[in-house]
Amino acid sequence: MSLATPTVDTHATGHHHPEVRHQFDDLEQQHDSYSLGMWAFVVQEVMFFSGMIVCYFIFRYKYPEAFIAGSNHLNLPLSTFNTVVLLSSSLTMALAVHAAQLGHKMRLLQFLMATLILGSIFLGVKVYEYKDKYDHNLIPGYNFKWETESTTTEHGEATDEPESLNPALKMPPLAQQVEVFYGLYFILTGAHAIHMVIGAVIILIIMVLAWYDHFSPNYYVPIEMFGLYWHFVDIVWVFLFPLLYLVDRAAAGGH
Amino acid sequence: MNTNITSVSQTHSGTEAAKMPEQHYLNAGYDLKSWLLTTDHKRIAVLYFILITFFFFVGGLFAALIRLELVTPKGDLLTADVYNRVFTAHGAVMIFLFLIPSIPATFGNFLIPLMIGARDLAFPRLNLLSWYVYALSSILFVTVVLLGGVDTGWTFYAPLSTSFANGYVVLTIVAAFFAGFSSIFTGINFIATIHKMRAPGMTWFRLPLYVWGHYATSLIIILGTPVVAIALILIAVERVFRIGIFDPALGGDPILFQHLFWFYSHPAVYIMVLPGMGVISEVIGCFSRKRVFGYKFIAFSSMAIALVGFLVWGHHMYVSGQSVYAGMVFSLITYVVAIPSAIKVFNWTATMYKGTIYLQTPMIYALSFIGLFIIGGITGVVLASMAADVHLHDTYFVVAHFHYVMVGSAVTAYLAAVHFWWPKITGRMYSEFFGKLAAIITFIGFNLTFLPQFVVGYLGMPRRYYDYSFAPEWQIWHAASTLGSTVLAVGFALPVFYLTYSLIYGEIAGQNPWGAKGLEWEEASSPPAKFNFDKMPIVNQEAYAYDTPARGQTHFRGVTSRESLSIPPTSAETSHI
Ligand code: HEM
Ligand SMILES: [Cu+2]
Repeated sequence: MSLATPTVDTHATGHHHPEVRHQFDDLEQQHDSYSLGMWAFVVQEVMFFSGMIVCYFIFRYKYPEAFIAGSNHLNLPLSTFNTVVLLSSSLTMALAVHAAQLGHKMRLLQFLMATLILGSIFLGVKVYEYKDKYDHNLIPGYNFKWETESTTTEHGEATDEPESLNPALKMPPLAQQVEVFYGLYFILTGAHAIHMVIGAVIILIIMVLAWYDHFSPNYYVPIEMFGLYWHFVDIVWVFLFPLLYLVDRAAAGGH
Repeated sequence: MNTNITSVSQTHSGTEAAKMPEQHYLNAGYDLKSWLLTTDHKRIAVLYFILITFFFFVGGLFAALIRLELVTPKGDLLTADVYNRVFTAHGAVMIFLFLIPSIPATFGNFLIPLMIGARDLAFPRLNLLSWYVYALSSILFVTVVLLGGVDTGWTFYAPLSTSFANGYVVLTIVAAFFAGFSSIFTGINFIATIHKMRAPGMTWFRLPLYVWGHYATSLIIILGTPVVAIALILIAVERVFRIGIFDPALGGDPILFQHLFWFYSHPAVYIMVLPGMGVISEVIGCFSRKRVFGYKFIAFSSMAIALVGFLVWGHHMYVSGQSVYAGMVFSLITYVVAIPSAIKVFNWTATMYKGTIYLQTPMIYALSFIGLFIIGGITGVVLASMAADVHLHDTYFVVAHFHYVMVGSAVTAYLAAVHFWWPKITGRMYSEFFGKLAAIITFIGFNLTFLPQFVVGYLGMPRRYYDYSFAPEWQIWHAASTLGSTVLAVGFALPVFYLTYSLIYGEIAGQNPWGAKGLEWEEASSPPAKFNFDKMPIVNQEAYAYDTPARGQTHFRGVTSRESLSIPPTSAETSHI
């Protein structure tokens, strides 16, 4: 920062914009502050999911077989489809931000709509997957039942009581280990889904505001910041998908 | 040494009688709406101040119950179960509702925009929201207490909390979760504000050290709080749905909870103390009339504490069954984190060396902070060595250690802040006599309460016991501690009276009663105007320029308040990092 001259520049006009909130000097400062704030929020979210993902790693390390077995009962084709849907929604979101930047109201609304629809498809598929788990008695703590045969035949040995990595520790039975996997599955995807639902609500709000000409090429910060959020939520899925669905599929022979 | 207040004020505000400014944030509206829907950071700070003060005394009430129970070796006043609920309520209220928000949410909110020369925080509405979220959290806590409380301790250790505790664990967790979110909002706000809203000329190394302290704190808040939030949610999920994460009976891992919990909760102790250290830098500088010694060292030591503080959580878990090698590493890093804390203490001491020391009330609190923090910090180093901790873990030695840092340091710093900025916030002076009296009573009462706990802890008294009839000879230490806590209570209660009194009858403070340096004193009235400054300042000097008589040539940005915003500053003036 340079030390400014004490003279006040009074001839520059036009810079001041009605969209500048009282605490800021100008649009640029306002924009910079919002984006830094949003990034700080994203950092916070990263730490939030990191806590859960650490739990995942710990248990995957403790219960490797159960994780492979559990993972193999997840619906890979459907979730692959969902991954594509979600990544497309990131694209439409980016296009929406671009449209806002250019001040194309209709295009902005269209792309927001597309994002909303894609997000809803994702959530719909997720609901279907959850329902499927319910039907197969895979809801941990509620109706969980695990037939061990399916994995034991694969390995050729009946490991109902798998050996611990640390022989001093008594290992819980495989079914309980798989239950832990499903617990984490629901917690991780559930936390992700909640973020999607919140995102969907915000899209709706933004659409209403956009409809009433709340934004302009000078002022589209909220859309840009929301875009950041939406991309973040997508990236979380990019981590969850391989961690949950693709665990050592080859090792287990796949389904 | 000079103990006379008039000599402090005379040196700077001249002889003419001080007057209240005609317009200030306090008289900018009197109806309830103008308070409850305000986005003014100063009013939000006051809202926080009221709630936080209330919960400080609620927490204190529970502490009184604990101390009363321990006067006699037998558990005669409370039942074991009620005792568990009482110490849990004490810890949870003090930590989540008082200490964590204490300095940031009140004085940070009030002062950061003033100190950096801004009209408000970057996100005033988020700021208001954070107060409401805090209020919601506090209502939930109160509900829990009224319903009968929880008995897990503030640490929520699993599987006690997930499977065995009876009481409103889930509701408490929801409350703690909201409290966490409130502080995350504050942290985000401070980070954006400190980065982007500094006045022209207010470079990073011209910032008051107080602002550095809050910056480091905010980083810890956004990096740590989400982790404890998720850990607590997992406890609730496990408790409600019986999903195994932490309970070994369900295939979970109880040590994992401790890791997640302390990953936040160790850094959280710095959330509580770093802002306080910032306060002490301001107060020591002002009442020594000297530039704070080693400015950059103090600034960077805050950052070092914030970062290294994330690597030491395992020192809470030496006896949890974590690997000995991990313990050794954690032990070593814990020694390292004591270094930046020590640097600050040396620098404050060096600041006072050959300074012109005025022993006003805030300075007395600041001096007692330094003394008590040294004891708290050094006993922390004792606990950091694994061999000693095997004996001392979960004894009153630990209790004494963390009260020296949390009460002796953080609360003392909070009181220093209250007394230092009271004239700025309210425009009135309090009674210097009662101020000093309260500070001294607090210091004596505090030591009388907690020094005996080191002894009795060293002798083996476990924490969280309500009955020590197996060792009745410890009674003398407990009785001394309870006696001390009575004195301490007087010290804490006194300010309520003379500060309230000063609101109406206090002498008008004038803009800068202490002759302090800093934008909040030199450029803003007491109480400050609604948008902080009549003219937006441009900074051309370093912080704590006590050796230069007045602020160099005073420059102003060409904006006064909201109305004249249409005159934009020059581009050079608005270059932000
Ligand atoms: C100067 C550096 C510090 C060191 C080396 C240090 C070290 C330690 C250690 C090793 C323990 C674990 C003792 C045990 O449970 O067996 C501990 C506990 C604790 N410390 Fe510190 N500490 C320091 C500063 C602080 C500060 C500044 C605060 C708060 C403002 C604090 C608050 C606490 C609390 C609350 C506990 C106990 C938590 C509990 O079990 O409930 N410490 N400290
Ligand atoms: Cu610690």
